[in-house]
Amino acid sequence: MISIRNVTYDIAGKPVLCDVSLDLPRHGVTALIGPNGAGKSTLLSLVARLMPLQSGGIDIDGQDITTCDTGALARVLSILPQIQDAAPRLTVSDLVAFGRYPHSRGRLTAEDHRIVDNSLDAFRLSDMRNRALETLSGGQRQNALLAMIFAQGTDYLLLDEPLNNLDIAAARGLMTQLRTLADEQQRSIVIVLHDINYALAYADHLVVMTEGRVAATGSPKEVISQDLINRIYRTDAAVIAIGDRRLVDVGP
Amino acid sequence: MRSRPVLYLSLVLAVCVVLYMTVGAKGAWSFVLPFRGGKLAGLLLVALAISTSTVLFQTVSGNRILTPSIVGFDALYGLILTGLVFFLGAQTTISLPPIAVFGLNTGLLMSGAVLLFGTLIVQTRGDLLRMILTGIIFATLFRALTAFWQRMIDPNEFQVIQGASYARFNRIETDLLPLAALLSFGVLAMAWHKRRQWDVLALGHDAATNLGVRVRRETVLALLLIAALVSVSTALVGPVAFLGLLVVSLARLIDPSVTHARLLPIAALVSAITLVGGQLVMERVFALSTPLSVVVDLLGGLLFFFLLLKGRFR
Repeated sequence: MISIRNVTYDIAGKPVLCDVSLDLPRHGVTALIGPNGAGKSTLLSLVARLMPLQSGGIDIDGQDITTCDTGALARVLSILPQIQDAAPRLTVSDLVAFGRYPHSRGRLTAEDHRIVDNSLDAFRLSDMRNRALETLSGGQRQNALLAMIFAQGTDYLLLDEPLNNLDIAAARGLMTQLRTLADEQQRSIVIVLHDINYALAYADHLVVMTEGRVAATGSPKEVISQDLINRIYRTDAAVIAIGDRRLVDVGP
Repeated sequence: MRSRPVLYLSLVLAVCVVLYMTVGAKGAWSFVLPFRGGKLAGLLLVALAISTSTVLFQTVSGNRILTPSIVGFDALYGLILTGLVFFLGAQTTISLPPIAVFGLNTGLLMSGAVLLFGTLIVQTRGDLLRMILTGIIFATLFRALTAFWQRMIDPNEFQVIQGASYARFNRIETDLLPLAALLSFGVLAMAWHKRRQWDVLALGHDAATNLGVRVRRETVLALLLIAALVSVSTALVGPVAFLGLLVVSLARLIDPSVTHARLLPIAALVSAITLVGGQLVMERVFALSTPLSVVVDLLGGLLFFFLLLKGRFR
């Protein structure tokens, strides 16, 4: 379980997170949703220790992230990173192999190679394993990064808006894959989503944030209502029920 | 055949070394060999120090254009040296053993580098233009301060500094060699030991943090290593502006798919070939009419402009 206690975070004097306390359950897919500027990405970056905490605390399975060994944490929790332009001209399989760094410190064992191959297969990258990253499209490159954190083999995977570069087929493919990871390998996935319909269709838990606070948590069916959309997003999109499913109608 | 470039480059370097030791020798071998051997050792040490410090700096700063000397590491060395002469006086500085001056200068440079360049790297992360501008302003500021300070001190004291302010490959400070070699080998061993971690660090702050590397701590460590290596090369031959850029860019051309396990040795070999081969040509063919540093800076400067423009229009 990821437990966030009284986390407040300011950027240039403006509060981005105000006293957020939240437990993200172990196992399953948890979606963070909310309007732009609600603090979702900041919260995710703080959990993944990409930015230092200003106040409050975050525990992962009872370990405080500010005091525990960061190398050990990398075997428990991973975040889909952005990669910088000047990064060396890596091939896809080189990049995925970096996912094993927390385990083998760069000396890959036979087991590591097997995991890297599996990971390339799982993300359908096997036939482009020797291509340089810079020759890939944005979506393919993100896929390679996903394969890297998949190879990292952590219980927790954090993803910040991974659907941004993807068409509908790729987006559904990725969400299905995340569901499989959660269902078959008991991994815990925390994902920031913009499209509420994806959250409704694939997530087990929802966390709705607005203006640096948690507005609601719970299962998608309980949480998403016409009233919440009006209140949080300040727009009058209708929520439609089709049998068990809920859909947000984005029409006028 | 993964090590082929290393093999070929080693052969070229071996030829350069043999020629450097033997071509045009007129006196007794018992004099020529130790005399040239000392200079050769100095050149090799400088070559290693410059290539390794440049590779590390490019890794932690996340770009392929800046080098320690472009952002002013060796200008800071000159500033610290001037400060030492100013506060201690030329007499004291001369009477101190060179090793003590070197040690003091290195220590001060290491702390200054962490303070200034540590902040620079953290503040301008991912903003290449801002990093280049701030770096070049740093370098200019250090040089201007040094020049100003030197005008305020006694002309006799100024002479003490002047010797250390120009790159000179023909007159290497061989009395510093043992200490410089000891320090460099320690630093180089550390840099080599961490070669896999530098690969991870080159992915950028977020990716490296995700993989469990303590980015801030390792960046500070890299800056300390760089400062020590810059001290060694500056103390031995003075500041060399564009050599690092030249040799590391060449190394990246030779082996584009670089990991540090390959980049570090290839850059070191290219650097050693450039210095030893270049010095051989300058001494024996052009009879010392042009200093090697001028040629290296000319080529390196052109390359710097080329890289800047290429980045601009990409």
